[in-house]
Amino acid sequence: MKFIVCVKQVPDTSEVEMNEETGTIIREGVPTTLNPFDEFALNEAVRIREQIGGEITALSMGPPQVEEALRKCLAIGADRAVLLTDSAFAGSDTWSTSYTLAEAIKVLGEFDLIYCGQQAVDGDTAQVGPELARLLGIPQLTYVEKIEELNEDYIICKKEVDEGYQRIKSSLPALVACMPAPDFQTRIPNVMDVMKAKKKSLLTWGKDDLAGDPEEYGLEGSPTQVIKVYPPPQTGEGIKIQESPEESAKKIYEFLDARGGGLIC
Amino acid sequence: MLIIDENKCTGCQKCIKVCPSEGALVIKGKVVEVDLNRCTLCSACVSICPVDAMQIKRKAKTADTSAYADVWVFAELDGEKLKPVVAELLGKGRELAENLKQNLAAVVLGRSLEIDKCLDKLAAQGADKIYTVADEIFADYSTDAYTYALSSLINRHKPEILLFGATHLGRDLAPAVAANLGLGLTADCTGLSINEEGLLLQTRPAFGGNVMADIICPNTRPQMATVRPNVMEALAPEPERTAEIISEKVKIEEDIVRTEILESFFSDDGHEIGIEEAEIIITGGRGLASKDDFSLLEELADALGGIVGCSRPIVEKGWMPKSRQVGQSGKTVSPKLYITCGVSGAIQHKVGIRNSDIIIAINKDENAPIFELADLAVVGDLYEIVPELIKVIKSKT
Repeated sequence: MKFIVCVKQVPDTSEVEMNEETGTIIREGVPTTLNPFDEFALNEAVRIREQIGGEITALSMGPPQVEEALRKCLAIGADRAVLLTDSAFAGSDTWSTSYTLAEAIKVLGEFDLIYCGQQAVDGDTAQVGPELARLLGIPQLTYVEKIEELNEDYIICKKEVDEGYQRIKSSLPALVACMPAPDFQTRIPNVMDVMKAKKKSLLTWGKDDLAGDPEEYGLEGSPTQVIKVYPPPQTGEGIKIQESPEESAKKIYEFLDARGGGLIC
Repeated sequence: MLIIDENKCTGCQKCIKVCPSEGALVIKGKVVEVDLNRCTLCSACVSICPVDAMQIKRKAKTADTSAYADVWVFAELDGEKLKPVVAELLGKGRELAENLKQNLAAVVLGRSLEIDKCLDKLAAQGADKIYTVADEIFADYSTDAYTYALSSLINRHKPEILLFGATHLGRDLAPAVAANLGLGLTADCTGLSINEEGLLLQTRPAFGGNVMADIICPNTRPQMATVRPNVMEALAPEPERTAEIISEKVKIEEDIVRTEILESFFSDDGHEIGIEEAEIIITGGRGLASKDDFSLLEELADALGGIVGCSRPIVEKGWMPKSRQVGQSGKTVSPKLYITCGVSGAIQHKVGIRNSDIIIAINKDENAPIFELADLAVVGDLYEIVPELIKVIKSKT
C-alpha cells in the first residue's frame, strides 16, 4: 500500500517568547523539532507498513532547513521524502498549506492512506488535515488514536469524539489525523538507520513542480490574515503564603469565605 | 466552479442521483452538464463519480462579499440536547449581529424529534432565525453529510459570519466546510469582535498560549471561526423570545457518506456533569505519588461540592480518564473555584484554566509556574495541607 505522512517542523513552543517592543515573535535560538503529533503518525505508518508492506512518503512544506526534519523521518522509517520549499509558499495559512500539499500529492500519484498529526503544537489549529482531505475529495478521520484494521478496501479506526470514543470504518483512500497514545514512545533511529536514511531519496519541489494555481499559494493565497501578534494579558498578582499546614488550611478557608461569593457556607 | 470532463463522463448519472441541488446537473446527449447557477459546490458528485470526470476548482476569494449578511451559529446537538457552547456562541453572536445591524441565526441539523426539542432554547438564547434541516441521515454525525448540508445552506442564504464551537465535532466539520467552499477559517478563537471596517476580528492563542494573534478574513464569506468552549458568555435565557423557523430541505443520498460508525463508547467516569460544566474543580498533578492518593482530592471535592480533574501527566499514567484532563489538549474550564494540588503549571495547563474566577494553587515548589496565575498561592506539601483543609471545611459546615 502507498502511504503519505504529512509532517511539520515546529519551534519548541515552551521557549517561544514575544519581543514586547516590536510585537514580533522571537525565533532566533529557539530549537525546532518534528511536531510530536506528526512523529506519532509516522511511527504508526511505519508500524503498519511492517505488518502489511508498502511504501511511505514523508511530505513537508517549509523553509529549506526542514530537510533536517525530513531526514529524521527517513531515519525513523519513511522510504522517501519530499520537501515543498519556495518563497512563493511563505506565509501560508491553513487553506494555502492544504492547497499546496494537495497539489503535491496529485503529483505524487496514487495513494491509499494519508497520515497527519491531529494538530501542530505551534498553531494548534487542527485544520490542515480535514482541509487537505476535502481538497483531495477523500474521507477524513480525525482524532484517531489507533488504526485497528487496514486492508485494500477499508480502514477501521478508534477515534476520540466529544462523548468518548468511536470505532469507525471508512472507504479508501482516506486521511487519518492522529492523536498520540498516552504511552507513545518514538523509534530512536540507530546508527544504521541514520546511514540508510542518507541514501534515501529526498526531493525538493518548488511551485514550478506543481500544477496548482499560483495565486492560491503563500501569503497571497491565504484567506486569513494575521494583523497583530502580542503577548497574552498578564493576570494580577495574587497572594502567596508559606506557613504551617494548619495555618495554610485556615488561610485558604478564610480566603474562600471572603472571596468565594457563597461557594462555601 | 465545477468542471466536468466530457471525455471521461460515461453518462452513468450517478452524480445526478446524489446532487442535493435539483437541476444543477442535467444529462445532455451522452454526458452530464452543470448549471453553475444552481451548483452549490457541495462536491457530492465528485466523490461519487466512478471515472473521476468531475473536478471542483476552488478559489479562496468570494466574488461579491456585499451579497452576504447575517451571523450564523452552528447549533451542535448532543443527543436531544444542545451542546453548552451553543448558548455561548449565541451570546457572542448576538453582540456581533447587533454591531452589524444584522440578524442572528442558528443552524441545526438533526432528526425532527431532536430539532423540535431545541427550537425554544435557541430562540430564548438569542436567535432571530433558525434554519433547520431534518433528516434521519443526521442521527449520527458524519463529516460528509454535515459538510454537504451546511455547504448547501451557505450557498443558498449567504451568511456573513459562521461560528462553530471548537468541540471535536466542530473542529472536524468547520475545516471540511471551509475547504469545500474555499473559505478562510480561524481555529479555537478566544475573542471575537467587529473592527472599524466591519470585519470579524478573531483573537486566538498560538504557540501553546505564549502568543496571542488577531486575525481577519477580508476576502472570503462567510468569515468562519471555531470558538473555544467556556470562554464566551451566554445571555440569560429569555423564554418569551421567539424566532423565525426556516425549514430547509437538502437532498442527501446515503451513498455520499463514506464512513460508518461501528461502535460508540461513552466515557463514563461516574459524574453526572462534565468537568467543563463544574463550578468547583480540584485538580491533581504530578505532585501526587499514586493513583490511590486521588482519594484525598475526592474527599476535598466532596466537602466543597466539586469534582476532581487532573493534568496531562496523570492521564498519561492511566490514573484518570481523558475526560477529566484540564488544559490545552484536554478541557478548557471556567469554574467559580479552581484548586490545584501538586500541579506545576505548564503553559498548556494554564491556557485551559485562565477563565476560572478564583484559582488557588498548592505546590511544594515556591517557583512553580502555576503560582503566576494563582489568586492564592500556597507553598507547602499537599499531603499535609489538604487533610487540614478538609478538617477546617467540615468543622465549619
